[in-house]
Amino acid sequence: MTVLSCSGLKRRFDDVLAVDDVSFTIAEGETYGLLGPNGAGKTTTISMITGVLERDAGEVFVDGVAMSTHTIAAKRLVGYVPQELALYPDLTGRENLRFFANLYGAGRRRVEFVLDVVGLTERADDLAREYSGGMKRRLNVAIGLLHEPRLLVLDEPTAGVDPQSRNQILENVRALAAQGMAILYTTHYMEEAERLCDRVGVIDSGRLIAEGTRRELVERLGERDRISLQLDGDLTHAASLLGAIRDVRGVAPHGHGLELVVDDARECLPAVLSAISTNGVVVRSVEVTEPNLETVFLHLTGKALRE
Amino acid sequence: MRHALLIAARDLRERARDRTAYVLAIVLPLGLAVVFSLILGDISGDSRLFTYAVADADRGVIARTFTDDVLRKAAASGAIELRTVSSEHEARRLVDDGTATAAFLLPAGLTEDVRAGRAARIEVVGDVDAPTGTDVARSLAQAYTDRLDAVRTAVTATVHSGVTTAPDQLAAAAAAALPQAAVAEDTTGRRQLDAKTQYAAGMAVFFLFFAVQPGVTGLLDERRNGTLARLFAAPVRRSSILAGKLLTSVVVGVVSMAVLVVASSLLMGAHWGNPVGVVALVVSGVLAATGAMAVVAAVAKTSEQAGGWQAIVAIVLGALGGSFFPVSQAGGLLEQLSLMAPHRWFMRGLADLAGGGVPAVLPAVAAMALFAAVTGAAALLLFRKVVRP
Repeated sequence: MTVLSCSGLKRRFDDVLAVDDVSFTIAEGETYGLLGPNGAGKTTTISMITGVLERDAGEVFVDGVAMSTHTIAAKRLVGYVPQELALYPDLTGRENLRFFANLYGAGRRRVEFVLDVVGLTERADDLAREYSGGMKRRLNVAIGLLHEPRLLVLDEPTAGVDPQSRNQILENVRALAAQGMAILYTTHYMEEAERLCDRVGVIDSGRLIAEGTRRELVERLGERDRISLQLDGDLTHAASLLGAIRDVRGVAPHGHGLELVVDDARECLPAVLSAISTNGVVVRSVEVTEPNLETVFLHLTGKALRE
Repeated sequence: MRHALLIAARDLRERARDRTAYVLAIVLPLGLAVVFSLILGDISGDSRLFTYAVADADRGVIARTFTDDVLRKAAASGAIELRTVSSEHEARRLVDDGTATAAFLLPAGLTEDVRAGRAARIEVVGDVDAPTGTDVARSLAQAYTDRLDAVRTAVTATVHSGVTTAPDQLAAAAAAALPQAAVAEDTTGRRQLDAKTQYAAGMAVFFLFFAVQPGVTGLLDERRNGTLARLFAAPVRRSSILAGKLLTSVVVGVVSMAVLVVASSLLMGAHWGNPVGVVALVVSGVLAATGAMAVVAAVAKTSEQAGGWQAIVAIVLGALGGSFFPVSQAGGLLEQLSLMAPHRWFMRGLADLAGGGVPAVLPAVAAMALFAAVTGAAALLLFRKVVRP
């Protein structure tokens, strides 16, 4: 079931077309990563989806409710975790949550539940200004979860946090998706996107230039997995043996060994090792290289993700 | 409306934890009012009711008429306090120890001297630290003796002109010509605030413009803190967010003024007047201050910038409006310009309240309400760009 459907989103700031005809959908329980360099239009797109920013064109439906005509109702279905820490520093963690819970009509039990989810129950009555950076990030996320939204929008929620808090946030996101929440996630950390996202959309200069699963994007670029082997023995014989394996697309000399281009390295690695070990060739080392989103991103935009 | 109340309640909770808010809204205005009152109030010696002692060594009709018909009637109207003492020595002692502002010494033979056509005088002994009170006493005595002279001259002229007038008719005409009460209820005079109230009210309304700042600049703070985007993403109308911010200012303003009114009354003895009239003036004053500060906040780009501009506007309006000195007595262009400042109308309203009933404050309330309406409407228009999606 589709939870978020946005089509033809467009927004201009003076002479700059910040977002141009962006369309995508997110299904129930799906985590969608929106990737792009700084200034690509990610935050503008998210702002239009959350109702923070008006659209010049296009429409956003959340669970079938149109943002343009039923703004308040649509906003009730969306949880928003902005990129900046959006907290009141002179209120306690619990007071921050209660304030937003009241705005969304969520009860006090939900506040306590969310505090527990993000691991802040013990520090709930401390002022937010006294929290560490990671705790502030977790509180920032917690506010977005208060009203059990159908769609959770997280705009770089782990920027600048310690590894422990980052892991906790990622685990929370994964658990929420497992419960059926649709999640729109932007990040600068490629490994986060690969770990969390079912699908990603690559946005650059305001346009969505590619979309799909990691594998779909990699294949679309013609990129394949590679297995590098350092071997002792008859390399020519080894090459002919490995070339006969079904998933191996190519074999080439590589230092004191061979490099194989394969469809799926993890899947065919056992067959590769089995084939050479039974024919008297000794394997000194194995290195698997899988084209990642960073590679895709670089290929598509000509920029590293953090530029 | 519920969302506006929630936003205002959150703002107020945060404000309640900010100690500088108490200093700005209560401690500073009250402290300065006390200091000004102590320093400036006692220079004129006008800060309390004039107390006069009267020593009647004459005990004749002229002295009795002055005591009963002039001084006691003035005392009955509340303009002065009167203490009758038995001797000149006691009267002088009361003035020396500051118990009395001045003393009237009615010498023995005063009535006889007047009847005989001899020079007669009422001696006034004044407190050197209370020149105004002494002047008032001198004026009372001078007015009485002037009328006595006038009557004596008229009677003499009548007798010498040969006109036949019965002595009882002449006496009755002369008695009617004598001043019944030299100090009558004077509306203009009574519309002056006493020094303590003047400074308490002046400081209160001056600092009111600072007290209401945080509410109206709250939108800029929210934008800086990133919480404005979160509020915009919440199922809340943007008008409710604006209303919540303005409500915060109004509540802070009303509370700070209420505390200052009560505290200055209890600690300084300020006389604010009829509570209904004071409430009307305070509420309209708070709305005017909120409107003015909201306009400044709406044109500023950051809360820091807004704070600087607001301080300038508050000081200029305060000085123009008479928070520090009575501009209304300056006359000319300055006096006309001062009518643009809510401070002037607030002080004028309080003075009117002192001299009349609650309806007397309506012009001041209307002027401040108009100021609030104009500035509030302008602020809402300007704030639209801040909350525009």
